[in-house]
Formats: sequence, C-alpha cells, structure tokens
Amino acid sequence: MGEFKVHRVRFFDYMPSGIRALAFNQDTERMAVARMDGSVEVFHCSDRFFQEKIIPGREQFGIEGLSWVGERLFSAGLNGGITEYDLTNQKVKYTIDAYGGPIWTIAGNQQGTHLAVGCEDGTVKLFEVNEDNIQFERNLDRQKSRIVSLSWHPSGSKIAAGMMDMIQVFNVETGHSMHRMLADRGVGTSRSKECVVWSVVYLSDGTIITGDSVGMVKLWDDQTGTLIKSHNVTKCDVLALSVSQNEDSLVAGTSEGIVVQFQFVSMVLGKDDKEWVRTRTFRNHTHDIRAVAEITTAVVSGGMDAQLVVRPLLDKIEERSAASALRKIHFPHRRLVACARKSGLMLFQYPGHLELWRLGESEGKGIPGSSLFVKRNPEKLLHLKVKGEDHIRCSAVSPCGEWIVYSTASTLRLYRLHCDNNNISITKISKLPKVLSSANQLCFSSDSSHLFSASAQSSVHLVSISQSGCKFVGTLKPKSGSHQAIHLLAASEDGKWVASANSDHEVHIYNLQTRKAHCTVPIYSSAVTAMGIHPATNCLFMMHADQQMFEYSIEQKQYTDWSRTVQRKGLHRLWVERDTPCLNVMFNPQNPSHVILHDMYMLCIIDQSLPLPDDKTQFYNQLTLKSLTEEQRKSHSHAFKVCKTFKDILCVELMPDQSLVVVERPLEDIATQLPAPIKQKKFAT
Amino acid sequence: MGVTFSVLLMEDSGVVMPVSADVLRVLSATDSEPVVLFCCGAVRFLDSLLASPQQPIEDVLTEDEIIRWSTIIKAEHQLVILFSTEQRGEHCLYVQRFNPNTLMKHRFETEPGFSAPINFSATCRGSNIHLLYLYLNGSVYESVLPFRSSSTGAEVVQALSRSLCLSLPLGEEKLMSGAAVVLDEAHVAVVGFPHPSAGACKDYLCIWNTHFQTLQACKEMAGRIYSQLWCYSGKLYVPHGKMLSVIPFDCQKSSLAAAMGKQKQTSQSAECSFVTSWTSQSCTDVTQTTEIKSRMSTRNNIKSALTVDQLIQHIKTSAVEDVQAEVGEFIRRTPQADLQLAAGRVALELVSRSQTDANFYPQCAFLLLLETRYLCYSVCPELLSLAMVKKDFHLCQIAFQIFSDIPEAVTCACLKTILSTPDLEMETVNLDTDSVIFMKELTRAQSRSDEEGGQLNGFCPPALESDVSDTPSNKLQRDPLALDTSCPVGLHKGALLNEVLQTAYSDRSLLPHLKDLTVPQVIVFLQYLRFLYFKYSHDAHKQIRALRTPSISQIIDWVCLLLDAHFTVLAVAPEAKRLVFDLHKFVRSQVKLYAELGKIEGSLQVLKNSKQSEDFGMYAIHVIELF
Repeated sequence: MGEFKVHRVRFFDYMPSGIRALAFNQDTERMAVARMDGSVEVFHCSDRFFQEKIIPGREQFGIEGLSWVGERLFSAGLNGGITEYDLTNQKVKYTIDAYGGPIWTIAGNQQGTHLAVGCEDGTVKLFEVNEDNIQFERNLDRQKSRIVSLSWHPSGSKIAAGMMDMIQVFNVETGHSMHRMLADRGVGTSRSKECVVWSVVYLSDGTIITGDSVGMVKLWDDQTGTLIKSHNVTKCDVLALSVSQNEDSLVAGTSEGIVVQFQFVSMVLGKDDKEWVRTRTFRNHTHDIRAVAEITTAVVSGGMDAQLVVRPLLDKIEERSAASALRKIHFPHRRLVACARKSGLMLFQYPGHLELWRLGESEGKGIPGSSLFVKRNPEKLLHLKVKGEDHIRCSAVSPCGEWIVYSTASTLRLYRLHCDNNNISITKISKLPKVLSSANQLCFSSDSSHLFSASAQSSVHLVSISQSGCKFVGTLKPKSGSHQAIHLLAASEDGKWVASANSDHEVHIYNLQTRKAHCTVPIYSSAVTAMGIHPATNCLFMMHADQQMFEYSIEQKQYTDWSRTVQRKGLHRLWVERDTPCLNVMFNPQNPSHVILHDMYMLCIIDQSLPLPDDKTQFYNQLTLKSLTEEQRKSHSHAFKVCKTFKDILCVELMPDQSLVVVERPLEDIATQLPAPIKQKKFAT
Repeated sequence: MGVTFSVLLMEDSGVVMPVSADVLRVLSATDSEPVVLFCCGAVRFLDSLLASPQQPIEDVLTEDEIIRWSTIIKAEHQLVILFSTEQRGEHCLYVQRFNPNTLMKHRFETEPGFSAPINFSATCRGSNIHLLYLYLNGSVYESVLPFRSSSTGAEVVQALSRSLCLSLPLGEEKLMSGAAVVLDEAHVAVVGFPHPSAGACKDYLCIWNTHFQTLQACKEMAGRIYSQLWCYSGKLYVPHGKMLSVIPFDCQKSSLAAAMGKQKQTSQSAECSFVTSWTSQSCTDVTQTTEIKSRMSTRNNIKSALTVDQLIQHIKTSAVEDVQAEVGEFIRRTPQADLQLAAGRVALELVSRSQTDANFYPQCAFLLLLETRYLCYSVCPELLSLAMVKKDFHLCQIAFQIFSDIPEAVTCACLKTILSTPDLEMETVNLDTDSVIFMKELTRAQSRSDEEGGQLNGFCPPALESDVSDTPSNKLQRDPLALDTSCPVGLHKGALLNEVLQTAYSDRSLLPHLKDLTVPQVIVFLQYLRFLYFKYSHDAHKQIRALRTPSISQIIDWVCLLLDAHFTVLAVAPEAKRLVFDLHKFVRSQVKLYAELGKIEGSLQVLKNSKQSEDFGMYAIHVIELF
C-alpha cells in the first residue's frame, strides 16, 4: 500500500466557544445551540447530530437565551436585543431592542403567538410574533429585581419567572402577579448571598420546578404558591433545567458539570400516585453546564467546556444503533483549515482572524513509525484580522497560494499575497463585483483562475481573478429545488465542473463551460458532510452524515458501479457506527483507485480495487496486516485502510508530493486553556 | 357437581333452570367469565347458557367416554379448557380453545401395565401450556401444547408428544395413587410417592428439581396423605390425616449454582459440576457406552445380566463379596441411560442394608457406583454419613470429589469427624494418591527451602522491623516465615481437609454449623489453614503438579469463616493466642506488601499513561505506513 510522510501540525490553537443555551424543536428534530461567542448552530438530531447550520457570532454579542417559535428561531442577549435568524441563508434576519436593559432569558409560548423576555430592569416583556417580525405588546407587572428565567404554562395563560430570591407567577391576561414564592438562601456564609433562580419550568399540571444557586431543585404548587418538595442536588448552582415533551422526566445541569435526572414515577407499582424522584446522574462535563435539553431519546447538555454531549436514555431506545451511543461533539462539522496544495501553505480560520502558515521541511528518510529531522520549521506568514465585528463565516486559499478570501455575514474580502525573499505583503483587492458582498462558502478553481462564491438561493457566483483585477463571470443557479444555503463546494481538477451541496441535502453539478446546471444528484436522506471530484474520472465522491458513501459519475449522470456495489453489499458495521462525520474527500493522483477520507478520530484510505469488507471480516486490520508477509497480506486486505495513529483531527490534506498534512487539536490542550472548573477535587489526588 | 350448579342458579336468579344436558363442572379463572363443562364434553360460557338454558348441547364425546379430569387456564386474555377422558382403557386429552372455538383431541401414549395418568397439573408458561402428568410407575411426563391453536381442525387424533421429566423412586409397597403439581419450570411437588431414603411407609411431601433430578426439599406429613395436592399463589395445600397443611414455598431461580450450592472454586468447576441431567448427555458417555459394550460381548456367554430388581433382591440377602461382584457386573453391563436411574436405587439399597446389618459394608461396590458419576448427594444422602460412621475415609474422599451438592451441615459433620480422628489411625487409610502426593510435596517443599536458608522470593516482611512495640513480651525476634511451618496434621488428614476446603458452600449456611467444632478442633484446623496460607504465600504449591488443590482464595475464605464462627473462643482460649498472633502478623505484613505494590502499580500506570501521549510539541514530520 505505501508509506506516507505526515506533517503533524498542532499549532492551530482553535478554541471552541462555550455553550450558553440550547433549544430543541420537537417537530423538526432540530437542536439549536448558542455559544458564548454569539454564534448559533443547528444540529439535526435524527441525522446523527450533524451540524446543519452555523450562524457565526460577532464581537460583544452575548446570547443568553434561545427559543423556537414554530420553525423560527429567536435569541436574546445582554446587549438588550431580540434577534430572529434567517435559517435559510444562515444569517441574522433582524435585531430589535427590547428597551429593558440586558435580557437574561427568552421564552416562546407553545401556541407560537408570543415571546416573553426577562430583562434586567425587572420587567417581563411580551412580544407578539407576526408573519415576518415581532412586535412589542406590553409589560407584565414590573418587579424590583432582574428576571433571570422564564417559563410559560403550556396553556399560555400563565408565566413563571425566576428572579433573585423569589419566583413570581404572572397571569398573562392581566399582567398581574398571582403568586410570589420565596426561594431560601443557603445556610452559613452564603446566607448573605442572594439566591438566584437560574432556571424555571412550568408543567401543565401546575407544578413549577426551579433550579437555583443554592443547589436545590424545588417543586412548587401554583395553586397555593407553596413548596411541595425540594431536592438538594449539589453544593453549587443548578444552572439549567429541561423537561421532556410528555413531562415525565426532568434534567438539571449543575455548575459541577453533572446532569441529574428526575423522573415522574409512581412510588407503588400500578398506583397512580406519582412523584418526582431523582433517578440518574450523568457526569460527562468538566465545567459548568449552562444548558440542558431532553429530547426524545437522549439528554443533550452543553456548557463551559464547549462540548455538546448527547447522552442517550437507554430505556427509551429499542435497538442498539448509532443513536444508542454516547456522542460528544467537540469540533464544528466544517473545515476550518484550508491548504494551498501547490505551495505548501495552510490557512487557519479563527472566529476573528486568519493565520497563514508555511509547512516545514524534513531531511532524509525514515522507517515507518519514526519521525524525521525537521530541516525547516513551519513559519507563520500572516495574521489577518477581520475588519468589523462580525466573525468569519468561511475562508479559502487558492491552490497556488496567491489568493486569500474570507467572508463574514456582511462583507467579503479578497487579498493577494506577495512573497519575495521572506518578505510577505498582501494587498486587498478593491472594487469587487457587487455579487461578492457576502458568501456562505468559498472555493477556488484548481488553476486558481476563478473563485466560486456560494450565495443566497443556492446559487454560486463565478468570478475570474487575475493580477489585473476581479471580474464577475456569471451565476450558476439550480434549475429548481430549495433555497437553502450551500455549505460545500467542490471544483474539478480540469476546470470543467463544480458541485455544490446545500443543507436540504441537494447536490447540484454545474458545467463551467456552458455555465449551466448539468444535473442534480438523487437526493439522499442524510446530509452531505464532504465531497470531492476525482481528478481522473470526474466522479463526484460524497460522504454523508450517516457514514454512507456514494460515487456519482458526472459525465454519465449516474452512480458508478463501485458505488452500487457498496450500496448492495452494505458498509461494515464498525464503519457505520463511527460517530463523527467525514470532513474531507481527497484523491491520490498517483493511484486513481485511492480515496482518502478523515473524521475526528481516523484517517482512511479506500482502495476501490480491493474487495469490500463484510461484517465477518476484521475491519481495523492494519496491525494484523503488518504482522503478515507480503503474500499473505493480499488475501487479508480489504478496501478500507484505517489509520488511527492520529486523534482529534481537524483536517487532513494530501499534498502533491504524496505527503499528508494532519492538523490535530488535542482535546487535552483545549482543556488546559479552559478556565478552572468550579470543583477540581478528585478522589485520590 | 351438577347439584352445586343448580344451587348456583337458584342463588343467582331464584329459579331452577333445567338445561338440556348433564353438567359436569363449572370452571372459572380469575377475571373471566365462568365456563360450563358438560358431561358430554361440550362447553358453554355461563352467561350464554343462562340466556338460553334450553339451547341444544352437542355430544362431543362418544357414549362410554368419561371425563376424568378437567381444568381451565387463562393467559393473555385467552381461555383454554383441558380435560382428559377415558374410554375402554384408552385415555385422551381434549383441548378446547375459544375465539375461534376449536377442539383438539390428543391420545395419551399408553404404557403396558400403567395405562392411565393418575394426576395432571397444567401451567401456562410463555405462549405454551405445560401439562405435567404422573403415572403410577413413578414417571412424570411433560407435554407442551401451544396456547393458540395452529392447525385448523385436523381430524386425525394424534398421540400427545411427551418427554420424561422425572422418574420418581418407588418403594416396596404397591402404590395406588399419588399427585404431582408444578411449582415452577424446574420444580415439582409430589405426594403419595415414598421419600428416596426414608423407607416406604412414610408419608412425605417431596419437592423435586426436574432440571437436576434431585430432591430439593421434603417434609414429613403426620397421618396419611390422601394423594391430593394443590398449589395457589405460592402456597401448597396438602390434606393429610385430619389436617390440611398450608405450606408457603419459594422456588429460587434454578441456576446451576443455586441447585448445587455456591461453587466457589474456579479452576476445576468443570470437573466438579457433573450433573446428571436428561438433556445434556455428554459425549464422554457415548464413548463409555461403546467401550462397555465391547467388553460386554466377550463376557456375554458366561452369565446373563441381572435386572435392577433382581439385583436389589440379591442385595437384601447375599453376602458382601457376592453383592460386590454382582454390582460390578451390573455396572459393566447396564447401558448408561439405564444405569443413571439404577445407580441411585442400588446405592440406596446397599446403604439401607449396611445400616441394619453391621457386618455388611460393600466398600468396593460403593466405589464402583461413585465412579459411574451418576450418584450425587441428593440421590443417596445416607451414603456419606454411613462412610463417616464406618470411618471409610477413602470413600469420603471420593464422595467429596464427586458430589457437588453436599449440604453445609454434612460438610461440617465430616470436617468434625476428620479433625477428631487421630493421625495415626488416619495414616493407615488408603487415600487418593494424587492428593497424598500433593501433601508430601507441600511439606517437602518447605524443608527444602529451609535447607537453602534463603527465602524463595526474597521477600522480607516489613512488619517485624517496624513493629517491635507489638511484641513486648517476646524478646526473641522470630521470623513468622520460619516459624511453625511444619504441617500441624498428618499427610492423610491434610489431604482430606483439602477435599473439604474444595467443596461448594454458601457462607451463610455454613457458618452456624461451623460453630459446632470444639476448641481443639478449631485450633488444629486454623493451624492447618495457616500452614497452607504460609505455603501458598511462598508459591511453594506452584511447583507441585496435582489435579485437585485448594486455591488461595478458598483457604482465605475458610480462615475468615473460621475466625468469624469462633471469634470469642479464639479471643479467650490461651492456646489460640500464639496462633492468632502469628496469623495476624503475617497477614499484616502481606497487607503492607500489597499496599507497597499498589504504589508501584500507580507509578507504573502514570508512566504508561505519560508514554501514550507522546509529546512532540507543535510540529513533527512522521512516517506512517498503511498496508
């Protein structure tokens, strides 16, 4: 099979941002996640939690709450504004000021008619949700302290609000407070600290459940305004609560990083007297849990440690499948690294800046498993700060290394790089065509002569770039289909084709000579996570979130025989059960039958000329093959050659000299850069 | 039954309503409509019958066919009525299902002499009805009927497929009746059949385990048992004499471990857990059979084989030598499957004669029977106690090796006998050579290591250097390893004790019986356990090749049990002081050693972990190879 020289790169200091809020939409099975940096992501819960949409944040744009109203997503934050998102084009639709100071919480009613926000000035403000905007309706009775948490009664007639030291229940109709319930402060020294009711949940039977900074989960009766029961969950804060759709299970996230589950069960078998009982404890986080959500079959939690944890509830899962495994999502399902293959440059995309690095060089040869002497160290060539407050949405570097482009929600900038004798300088290309105002995805043609920019309504703008300037050539539009934003672009090596994939799973292929839509790949039920066009055969190779792979011949407009064989025989169980999506598809020009893929934990070379493994064959067979002789290997090898030497992989790229670039971001390195967790004591340390 | 029915009608409606056929029984299951079974075999729901009492009732049975037994079963909201009939010596089973109404007829297979099943018991398990029925010859058969009828009205009357699940021992008396009832999938309660070892005339309630063919429990009932037995919601109802006894019972889930006591030993469990089971006849049996057959053919012309009954008659009267020869012959010639049933009977008979006749003790016959491995403690409980009474330690040893179901009380009684027998007497006994060789090697290994003068593994217990204050009375520094490592008991006694150590037991049952040991016995036993423990800590036993050796965990378990059972005695008895002190010292040094090892393990773990995350800094160029 062969040896590869691997550049192991660990100097990309990517830091995922902490998770601040979660909102689950039962109908569409989408999970919206808000992060500390103001970005909002949408995960598809029934498509292996693929990160379908990413709306980048901006500086000083802290989100405190997220809420779905039907299929519309709203957020509110400490800047005092309520934001609605345009999920089709993956950008902010509008932001309006609530004029109540910082907003701590936002909640939509189940009827989808109103949004309530809790403000620093002590008001709960109701907004009416209209067709294409929201409109302030009125304030509920103003309170003395800030409103930290809100929950609507499912009927929409009452609202429970968590504040400092108390909980208020409002009648929405009159706007008056119906009950005021006092939350106890802690004992001892914490007596002087006020008790923050971080989270509140209003159940349809009139029970109000609160989680507070004293570490209690308390159950209240809204008829009498009295405490029914309290559970001491932790010594620290209970920061987040979430109840299941049918109100029989409740999860609470604490600042110690544990999630506690309560279940509404009858104490005597067969009787109807049900009580909330603490049942399970999940410890998957190292830091504060800022948000929890219980979805149909799992508990999803996120917090300061920036990982989204999907903990399946095994009692609700009937068969063992990919859905029954614990899932931790650390990295975005997008590429943050771009490589200029012909010039050995790497472009790292941070939220607020770009870094350009030149790879190092080695000397001599080494046996497999050894490391080579580094003759020249990698070099940081450029640190490009983004103008404005918006964070970068996408970026690209041309294969020749001469052009760098990035786009935020509001602007797109193209730079030309000049390298002469270690003197690096860049010039911004001014007078860009108007269509290049913003892009969802960017890609250069293989000869670096054209730039593809994915834009609104699933269209791709084609711009030619040269030393003399930048010229709009045309727009590639799909014949029909949805207008969802494009998240992947792939251009062919011969400059004839370009393919685009959008979040409705549509893959369109355009002929660049005629600038017309060539064909559309049959729509598959799972999202495309990576794709590439084979340089020799012009076949489009697609990886999906459910780990299926397809190879589609562009010229013949049909799936290739190999792809059909894969579908007929099925993929190996261990391949399908992997829980991170493949993020890059590469081809080896020297060996056309090789397709190179990677996900977070492995690097895989698929040799299309070898037999496919069936469920009886040993899938991870590299160690076995290593111990065999050349002759025996032939009979034992199969198409999937998986290398697990690397971990926490952000990007793999094959360079023209047959060397691989593997960009790793070890999770331990991320952990060391996180703030200290609230409780570091561990047993036996 | 018909009378009861008419009264029932009167209470219900105040009017006697004649129906057009003779009613046999009203059957009802909980939470379901009662069903009327007519003498002619027809079945009606009570409600529909009350609605139109004069409706025509069809004849299902032929004229002289009489219903002998009937029952109703309900599961999954489905009712099934079973009834058995007799017609000129032929017995049939009818299965009436509802929704759709189907009636299936099955014929009971007849056996010459015992044509009629005398008792039935039906239970519902899963989606099947399990019908258990008892014949007068002691055979208990089981038939499985699907709950929902699969075939639609096949007119051919098929013989009911059945499997023998238990063969009850028969006494001398001719039996007239009996009853069996299913308790759960593995347990059957039986009355009317004699206890296998308690003579014929006693009236016993016996609970048999059908999986292991063992007697699980028994209870003697005062007065005559009327061969009737019911089981409702965890209680057995047995009428006997002038009483009705209600016996609550609890069947533990029948696992191998529960049936045989806790099997603590791991290394040889496969060998020990030889269970005579109907379903799993191992391959070795087959080869044995062929071997025996070939031998049989050569001897066939000399003498024809005895039947079990003949042999039992001979045992009652013949001389010891003759009996031994006949038993040997019988074992050689009987096919394995028959031998399985016969071995127990023969052993019982031999034991009962030995108990009455002081001069009669056929040791060879017992050994031969044990070698068949068809005996277990439950089959012949008296054998072990007989061997103890006769001080036949060889037989005891073999029994300990073969029986896996010895009760803890008996284990303790044997232990007591072994400990109280003088060593001199013991040394003359002929024992299993393997075990004796083990003991010899064990004692020799010690003397050899003493000669070498050094300690085998170089271990020096830190307890002595550090804890001098613990031994103020003892000025002389003594090495606990050098001390008292001579074997406190003779070789043969040691070998027997080793067998006791390897028996299966459960702590809770053993503990009260262990308290019966006298102080000297406890001390000797503890000394011996300490001896083994010291030896094992020196890895001496690892150099000895023996088939059956007690494991270190077994030894430690017994030490714990013994200390637990005799804690106060050991604390008070002056002669135990030294022993306990030494033991404590040694254990403490071991604990310290393992604590040190724990530290090393922790450090090594850290080293291993740190090596895994090889740190190459921010950048490196590696070479990998894919195959």
